[in-house]
Amino acid sequence: MKEEMKRKKKEPLIRTVKRTELSQGKAVVLRIAALFAALVAGGLFILAIGYHPLHVYKTMVSGAFRSKLAFQGTIKVLIPLLITSLGVTLAFKMKFWNIGAEGQLIMGAVFASYFALFQDTLPHWLLILLMLLAGMIGGGLMGLLPAYFKSKYNTNETLFTLMLNYIAFNVVVFLREGPWRDPASPGYAKIARFSKNAQLDKVFGIHAGWIFAIIILIFVAIYLYMTKRGYEIAVVGESQATARYAGMNVKKIVLRTMFLSGGICGIAGMIEASGSAMTLTSGIAGGVGFTAIIVAWLGALNPLSIFIVASLFSIMEKGSSVVESTYGLSGACADVLQGIILFFVLGCEFFVRYRFVVRKERGARA
Amino acid sequence: MSMLIKFIAVSIASGTPILFGTLGEIITEKVGHLNLGVEGMMAIGACAGFMAGMSTDSFVIALLAAFAAGALSALLYAVLTVTFMANQNVTGLTLTIFGVGLANFCGYYAIGKSETGTLKLPEGITSQMRNVNIPGLSDIPVIGPLLFSYNPFVYIGIAMAFILWFYLHRTKTGLNIRAIGENPAAADAAGIKVTKWKYINICLGGGICGIGGAYTIMIINKGVWISDCVGGLGWIAVALVIFASWSPVKAIFGSVIFGALRQLKYYVPAAIAIPGAFYDMLPYLITTIVLIATSIKMSREKSQPQSCGINYFREER
Repeated sequence: MKEEMKRKKKEPLIRTVKRTELSQGKAVVLRIAALFAALVAGGLFILAIGYHPLHVYKTMVSGAFRSKLAFQGTIKVLIPLLITSLGVTLAFKMKFWNIGAEGQLIMGAVFASYFALFQDTLPHWLLILLMLLAGMIGGGLMGLLPAYFKSKYNTNETLFTLMLNYIAFNVVVFLREGPWRDPASPGYAKIARFSKNAQLDKVFGIHAGWIFAIIILIFVAIYLYMTKRGYEIAVVGESQATARYAGMNVKKIVLRTMFLSGGICGIAGMIEASGSAMTLTSGIAGGVGFTAIIVAWLGALNPLSIFIVASLFSIMEKGSSVVESTYGLSGACADVLQGIILFFVLGCEFFVRYRFVVRKERGARA
Repeated sequence: MSMLIKFIAVSIASGTPILFGTLGEIITEKVGHLNLGVEGMMAIGACAGFMAGMSTDSFVIALLAAFAAGALSALLYAVLTVTFMANQNVTGLTLTIFGVGLANFCGYYAIGKSETGTLKLPEGITSQMRNVNIPGLSDIPVIGPLLFSYNPFVYIGIAMAFILWFYLHRTKTGLNIRAIGENPAAADAAGIKVTKWKYINICLGGGICGIGGAYTIMIINKGVWISDCVGGLGWIAVALVIFASWSPVKAIFGSVIFGALRQLKYYVPAAIAIPGAFYDMLPYLITTIVLIATSIKMSREKSQPQSCGINYFREER
């Protein structure tokens, strides 16, 4: 009996053990269940403040699709979110915590804006191409900087990239109030609107950014799964020691991948400036860089799932503005709902990888 | 001279909400958890503190509510990262988006329910938040305005910093906590209850962040509700953790410096034309330089706790 007590004291009532690989299908079912549970939890919240959850949800979804204009608006939200999510995915696959997508997006927009503002006499296609390239380089350099210090001095990349977001933000404020200030607007400091020549063309009523988004989606999928470089990213992410043992140049891979990761985010910035805002504003990123990290994670770093999650988030974002006008509820409900969904999915990820074991009685064990 | 004293006093007050966020984040990171949800926890604290202040008209209850709400939101983070071992960066970021969204949502909802279309704390509570005025002491030249002229938050914040320093560096529990942050497996083997202390510290940290949030709405916005009241202070707080090299006492001085940077542009003569954006960028720029410098020097004492950002799973080899 005494021994029994002793054993009980030592072994916790519930403990956590690693699962042997859960089948793909079961994992997907678990995630969808989590999503459903999140919607129920969100619904309870809506119910608690006195509204009918199903009506609110319905308004949200139909709000994103109710008219051609609304649908175009949803796509416009989707484009930067999708591209940025794909950008951070490359870094995350390498277990490089690039929290700086926001800053990389902004820098891409800044670099592209230089050509839009000061070289806008160039032929249209050349100008757009230059802006695209500039955007990629701007974002890429913002990604390269922390990657360099990480690989050379092991500087913490999470904190470094985080700081760069705000440095980039203030660069835009500086340009807006100083050198790039539009002299034609004497009261309120802003940067001049891009000339027609520097604006992205519209294809089917939406700026051509959606074509870039599709190209980048396919590119990232191929890059990750079908090229040697993509494989190298995965190996470095799993174990740097293994990568080194296999003769890979880890430093080079980190630098290259981060340039690409930042570069893709930079392209999103160029598209936002040239296609959506038609100018450079301090709100050009507007939190997309942070939401993208959540999207990439929810999509399990898989380009196709990321596309689905990004679409879902865009519908929520766009639909919440309709909820705001219909029910008088704040448009922030999209943020709340997105948060709840991610909390549930993060929680469920645990059950994909681990399970709880309840302490058994002695009899049962023997 | 009086200008300088005024500037120092304003800097100290201006740094206080950052100090709260930083203190909360320091004790969270000391147990090995990087919580990027400071901004969100501050927003939730601000909202809860404001609503509690509105309905009870008591400053103490408002503070307790802000603390409780911040701690509760941190509990969510703790459950996900400690027990469910979810990625810390992603969970923290979600907490920020969720927290700011929730605070804005509740504020908007409450404004919709109010008759006047604005939300303002009643006079009873705002009078308690004003700068203290101790007859005699506050009137002493130089020392009066420098030491006895602040709102209650400032004194709470500085006292809290010293208490946390004592807790982390002068108690046995503090030693255990630092051990958890550096090497949880070793701490576990030494019989320290890793999970328990992680939970306690993360929740405590969230609560302290919540009080910082209450500051933003009660002092900076003078008790009038606005959306996005925290306005990025939470991120400056995360930066200050690095600048203060994870030390609560250094965080006091750091918060004064960061507070001064926030105020500097209003005090520098217009003739010196330094763009305003430069001042706003400085805290982040300095932090980045400090981050790089400590990593080049590889100084273990001034860098992040070793296991910070990595979840601990006992059965992992």
